Amino acid sequence: MTFQIVPGVERKLKNRVSLRTTISNSLTMAYRNLLIIRRTPQQLFDVTIQPILFTLMFAFLFGGAISGSVTGYLPIIVPGILAQTALTASMATGVQLREDMDKGVFYRFKSMPIARIAPLTGPLIADLVRYTIATALTFVMGYLLGFRWVSAGGALLGGVLVVWASWCLSWIFACLGVVLKTAQTVQGIAAAILFPLGFLSGAFVPTSTLPGWLQDFVNINPLTYIVSAVRQLLNQGTIGNDFLLSLVESVAVVLVFAPLTLRMYMRKA
Amino acid sequence: MVQQIEPELIISGAGKGVLAVDARGLVKVFGDNRAVDGVDLSIPTGCIYALLGPNGAGKTTIINMLTTLLKPDGGSSKIFGHDVARETHVVRQLISVTGQSAAVDERLSATENLTIFGMLLGLSRAEASKRAEELLEEFGLEDAAKRTLDKFSGGMRRRLDLASSLILQAPLIFLDEPTSGLDPRTRLQMWDSIRRLVASGSTILLTTQYLDEADQLADRVAVIDRGRLVAEGTPRELKAAVGKATLRLQVTNADNTAEAARIAQEVLGVRASTPDTKVVTAPMADPERVTDLLDALRGAEIHLATVSVQEPTLDEVFMALTGDKQGGEKAGSIS
Repeated sequence: MTFQIVPGVERKLKNRVSLRTTISNSLTMAYRNLLIIRRTPQQLFDVTIQPILFTLMFAFLFGGAISGSVTGYLPIIVPGILAQTALTASMATGVQLREDMDKGVFYRFKSMPIARIAPLTGPLIADLVRYTIATALTFVMGYLLGFRWVSAGGALLGGVLVVWASWCLSWIFACLGVVLKTAQTVQGIAAAILFPLGFLSGAFVPTSTLPGWLQDFVNINPLTYIVSAVRQLLNQGTIGNDFLLSLVESVAVVLVFAPLTLRMYMRKA
Repeated sequence: MVQQIEPELIISGAGKGVLAVDARGLVKVFGDNRAVDGVDLSIPTGCIYALLGPNGAGKTTIINMLTTLLKPDGGSSKIFGHDVARETHVVRQLISVTGQSAAVDERLSATENLTIFGMLLGLSRAEASKRAEELLEEFGLEDAAKRTLDKFSGGMRRRLDLASSLILQAPLIFLDEPTSGLDPRTRLQMWDSIRRLVASGSTILLTTQYLDEADQLADRVAVIDRGRLVAEGTPRELKAAVGKATLRLQVTNADNTAEAARIAQEVLGVRASTPDTKVVTAPMADPERVTDLLDALRGAEIHLATVSVQEPTLDEVFMALTGDKQGGEKAGSIS
């Protein structure tokens, strides 16, 4: 007889997953998602095409009408595109999560002795890469069109804020991804959230031009604060109330949606 | 065949006699369909145990409940003494599952799949990729290691799926229809793999629709039909429980066949038949009477070419157990 495995009854095993294992499992899952992105680069279309196309399109479409010139509009539109792209990129997180959960490999994850939460946290961590690409490309496009930020530090902090906010908002769409049954439904409902949230904000036009009732909505929209905060960082190089408010709002989103998503996910897992 | 990574895990074979699976009254209801309807299973450590039944009998549902993937609506089960509902994480450390659909990621290569599963099981990146390499070689997939799985054939995917379940060899291995859709040669390879896993200390619970597979591979068989366990035992016991063995006599001279049949009927007290010109068969109710029959045939100067006893096939057992109501339909699905 050659080698023998340790009999099941003689193994000393714990019935809980340590925090260390949870983190390690989540990072492995993130690594898995990065490999998938590398294998299927078309997954990056939304975060590459959109910043380039939207910056060009909006700058030349609305530049003259809103600010009198393309260069004059850039300080308004670049932060707007940053926030808009962040939002669409975080929506894709939810759609992809849903698609992933329907795949056979999730069946294996469920029967493996790993942290239950890892298949959920992994993709959310990996998508930080997507948000970073989207943010960086928007900056590059703005720069090419002639936009100049006041200080490099302000621009960097603005970029970090956008990536952070995308990650926080992605929990909303992750939640949809876990609750809804098909990727198409996630896509549909996410779009219904995305368009009002994206356009009914200060992202594309100065909010002072809007009717009063619409301003009320715009003023509770977290995207408005993110856009204002980024504008202030890029154009004045300062941190204002909007920066703090957007941090508070994005953390609030996580505090509401992360536990909700986890609970719905665990119920199915 | 499978090498364990941690050396401290290599000790020799105690633990026999403990139940690997101990399930009591498992019930699962989907809508108004009682998919599993009160199933008890006692699976000793170290055996190959087959759940045999047609499509939709509830085999996969039973597996899903035993592997923590599905909560039962009634009953409870223990894996090596650990309650599946309460000690879920312990149970998951004791089992590995290979399902009917290949549970691997199509967008990644075979190596990447195995490496990630290994890392999730606690191996370092280097250990995991070394283990991946070993497994790919063992399963004859090394040439395809770098390709993404969407270019894999069905058989290759299943092999990779099994390899994924064997990164760390679990004490209890679930195989849901491990050979369905495999060509005969790959099927024999799979049987070999399964036997080697048992030889090195694992317990195997597999499901199958193939009677000869259960017959040749399994130490014990549970016949499942419409969510219920209709019979359980060794393949030999099952056959003995249902069919009586058949006595088969071949006479040297075809002219004697009718006379031999008449004598057999008289001595054994049962109906004999003549399926071939020189062959007489009769159900063997009482083996003691065979001597009398042979004496009587010698007395009548009927010479025999061969005498043999045929045990019933599991096929016949299955038909007898799962009944006449759906007999015809089943015959198609389990052949």
